Amino acid sequence: MSAAISLVEVDLTLGQDAARVHVLKNISLNIAQGETVSLLGPSGSGKSTLLMTLAGLERPDRGAVTIAGTNITQLSEDALARFRGEHIGIVFQSFLLIPTMTALENVAVPLELAGKAEPFQRAREALESVGLGARLSHFPKQLSGGEQQRVAIARALCMNPLILAADEPTGNLDSETGLSIADLIFMQQKMHKTTLILATHDEDLAARCSRRLRLKSGTIISDTCA
Amino acid sequence: MIVSKLAAFRLNLKIAVRDLLGDRRGFGIFIACIIIGVAAIAGVSSLSFSLAQGLSHEGRTILGGDASISLMSRSLSQEQKDYLTARGSLSELSLLRAMAHYASGESSVIEIKAIDPATYPAFGALTLNPELPLSEALSEKKGVFGLIVETTLLTRLDVKLGDMITIGNQRFEIRSTLMNEPDKLAGGIGFGPRVFMTRSALEASGLATPGAIIRNLTRIRLTGNPSDQEVKNFHSEINSAFPNAGWEIRTRDAVSPQFSRNLDRFTQLLSLIALTALIAGGAGVANSVREFTERKRLHFAILKALGASGSQVFAIALIQIIIAGLIATLLGLIVGSSIPIFAANWLHQISDLPFTPSVNVEGILIGGCYGLLVTFIFAVIPLGRIHEMPVSRLLRDDDQPLRLWRYFILSGVAAFLLITLTLFSASDLKLGVIYSVGVALVFASLRAASWAIVLVIKKFKRPYNSRLRLALANIGRPKSIAPALIISAGLTQTLLIALALVEGAVHHELIRADTSEIPNFYFLDIPKTQTEPFNEFLKKTMPEAHIEHVPMMRGRIIELKGKPLNRSTIAEEAKWVLEGDRGITFSETLPDNSTLTDGVWWGKDYAGAPLVSLEQKVAEGFGLKIGDQIRVNILGRDLTATVANFRKVDWRSYAINFVMVFSPNAFKSAPYTELFTISYTAPSLDARDKKDAILTRQTAKEFPNIVSIRVKDVLMAVDKIATQLAFAARAATVIALATAGLALTSAIMSSQRTRLYDTVIYKILGAPRRWLMSVYALEFGLLGLAASIISLFAGICFAYGLIKFIMKIDFIIPGATLILILLGALMLIIALGLTLSWRILSYPAAAALRRL
Repeated sequence: MSAAISLVEVDLTLGQDAARVHVLKNISLNIAQGETVSLLGPSGSGKSTLLMTLAGLERPDRGAVTIAGTNITQLSEDALARFRGEHIGIVFQSFLLIPTMTALENVAVPLELAGKAEPFQRAREALESVGLGARLSHFPKQLSGGEQQRVAIARALCMNPLILAADEPTGNLDSETGLSIADLIFMQQKMHKTTLILATHDEDLAARCSRRLRLKSGTIISDTCA
Repeated sequence: MIVSKLAAFRLNLKIAVRDLLGDRRGFGIFIACIIIGVAAIAGVSSLSFSLAQGLSHEGRTILGGDASISLMSRSLSQEQKDYLTARGSLSELSLLRAMAHYASGESSVIEIKAIDPATYPAFGALTLNPELPLSEALSEKKGVFGLIVETTLLTRLDVKLGDMITIGNQRFEIRSTLMNEPDKLAGGIGFGPRVFMTRSALEASGLATPGAIIRNLTRIRLTGNPSDQEVKNFHSEINSAFPNAGWEIRTRDAVSPQFSRNLDRFTQLLSLIALTALIAGGAGVANSVREFTERKRLHFAILKALGASGSQVFAIALIQIIIAGLIATLLGLIVGSSIPIFAANWLHQISDLPFTPSVNVEGILIGGCYGLLVTFIFAVIPLGRIHEMPVSRLLRDDDQPLRLWRYFILSGVAAFLLITLTLFSASDLKLGVIYSVGVALVFASLRAASWAIVLVIKKFKRPYNSRLRLALANIGRPKSIAPALIISAGLTQTLLIALALVEGAVHHELIRADTSEIPNFYFLDIPKTQTEPFNEFLKKTMPEAHIEHVPMMRGRIIELKGKPLNRSTIAEEAKWVLEGDRGITFSETLPDNSTLTDGVWWGKDYAGAPLVSLEQKVAEGFGLKIGDQIRVNILGRDLTATVANFRKVDWRSYAINFVMVFSPNAFKSAPYTELFTISYTAPSLDARDKKDAILTRQTAKEFPNIVSIRVKDVLMAVDKIATQLAFAARAATVIALATAGLALTSAIMSSQRTRLYDTVIYKILGAPRRWLMSVYALEFGLLGLAASIISLFAGICFAYGLIKFIMKIDFIIPGATLILILLGALMLIIALGLTLSWRILSYPAAAALRRL
């Protein structure tokens, strides 16, 4: 498999003055296309920050992040946004849906931004594929937590991205709903052959991935394959 | 009970102050809105008061004495003079309008002041350039008298110092120019430049013929140093001593009632604009208070959880807001009251108006009340949410609707008090009522419109276009900026549009001189002997012109319904008729441009007791009915006439017309002069101006004693003053723009958190900043457009009512100006919105995610 993502000697420091924390320390990493990778570690280990860096949301202080052959650290803010829209789907623990838009509109947004044809038809299909065909015109606050996360997954995958980044996708859900969301993510990943990177505390969820990276204090301390 | 309430208040105050000292954030825009609004109100009232104080302090100088007695075309009797001389020293002078001619053929209307250099000026100093003793500047040398002139006369006649000009039958040498005339303000606005000569020069000019319109002033400097009350007593005493004198007396405490009245009116107009600025800033207050309650949500939830009642938490929050409002109001009052100190120098440089920087206690109190009332009106509803919301909802960040009707009532009561205060402090009640009703309606329309817009957006299907959809979603969301933006921008735009329409209508009215609707010239005071030759001259010079002439005298009303005048019972809009002498005439027939509204016109050969026809509005203002009697003093003679009918007069025709028209038999053998008007058309404005110039030259040549007033010149001069006043009004409106801008800033800032959230999601989903900018531009643009449309409609309605029903002039829509205002406002709103949003658009997504 070819490398979908490549990190070379990535360093990242956050905060200022006394609150300054060296979050990622000299991280180098290759992730192949279609691979499923979990990021594990205690709170503050840097797993979410690494995920954000892999997804092009966090800019490293040093080092290079290459996704699908493009060094994203050299892209401008707007070019990076466009690149993200085309190639990366992201799912958050707190769903991050637009509260003023219906489920259908939320999913249609990335398609519209990328100028895709028939965005609403494609958004409808994406929502039907996650089992929400009957909730298209509902606003986020009218949906349960599980349903909101399904909308977020549909939104993340509707562009057929190369990479799906999920940050604690089941963290805000009860165990039963969390399980169904995890099933959905892995099912969709298989269907779209997407590279999945998943930051989680949940060992069971991480075990479903083909590769597990364990972090501690901003460093990868283990890299194991299933 | 009282003790426990007092103790509860003290506890709430203690907690409120402690909390406020610990967290003073978020009051910046709130305080700025109140400071600017209150400072504007206090500033206008302080400036006006300082001017009034200046008039009062300089009263003696402006009047030229402690009291001034004015008589038209006659002098005091010896008995009257003796009486006055026993009370103080006298200074006599005469005022009249005449023509000055130069050998080149140039001529100009002039306002003559004929003085006695030995006694003038009794107070203040006349400044000349070159500096000469007054007696030398005006003395006779070899049959030629000296003249002091305003420099504008030099330009008009194209002459210089030392040149000879002719006035009446006399030649004069221009010896000096006038730099400062201490008693200028008491004279009012003249048609021409001021010219000083001696009283003997006036005699020599031959202008002081019987029937000539000359105002003779006798100024008295009372012996000792009398108080204002003693001057008032003197006024009463001389009126009692000479009850039938028919004179007009002014005292140093009221040197120019007309000026004071106009100052009051203009002050009120500016105060209302400043109040609008404060109200427009109210939306900023409401936003800031909403932000305050959001920020303190957890704090209030904890207080409630610890046992504080809803009322107690509400009281604590209200105390904090009132303290902030009080500080802002006090700062605004300090700033506003200081304006006269800083403006004094500048005002002294640009005008002759007396100005004494003073503190207006009444104005300060009213400004303070406005500041606190506006704070309460806009703060109480957002604060009510704290009272009504249970702890669980406060903690949950739950924004479900609450029953807030009682806070709306409280806000309404405060609004009612604000309106009452506006009416109480209004010098013109009618304008106060129109303003209050207008602002209330505009405010309600803007609020209703913002509700309706949000409702429509929620109810109807979203558009397909993603930018438009997001923009509309932002407008329709909870805590949308729509109400704040529409109210603050709409109120200010309504004000701007209404002012532009009023200014446009006034300007249009005044430049009608360029049309053929009104006369070209008035010719004043033509003696009976010259009436026919002058009529022939006009017919010969302008054969196609329409010429009118009527007899004219000057007279003063001294009694109504058999009782001496009591100004307090006379309506404000009729008081001008009692200012000094008024032109009166007699006629066999109903004058043109008049319509009989009540009573009957007298027959052609009517020979009974004198009758008078009165202009209807003035008669109503006087409280007169048909059959009532009025007593008029004309050239020292009293005439009692019975009111025979009322007329409606079209003053806007500028044709000859009078408030009082008598039956011809009332003036059988009285000396009078004729007033002429001439109207003609021309193919173009240039051609008309050329004809005007020819007529001016010919008249000056053939009838040098006849005063010609070109209507266009007068209207242009008035237009210039109107433009200056409009400039002051526009300057006050800029303050309203500033507070509206602050309110808008506060609304946008309070939506930053939700905007940041949306922006981050959009960025994650691939939206570049330009795309987001276009969405925000659309959002601000749509709201601005809504505010513009409503304010265009409201401004037009408001101005239409004012122009058609109060000012009674043509209503015109200056399309280009309105488009400029609306486009300008729209651009400002979008620019402000984008500038304030740029920070969140530039915020890195990951950093924002950590904050959310």
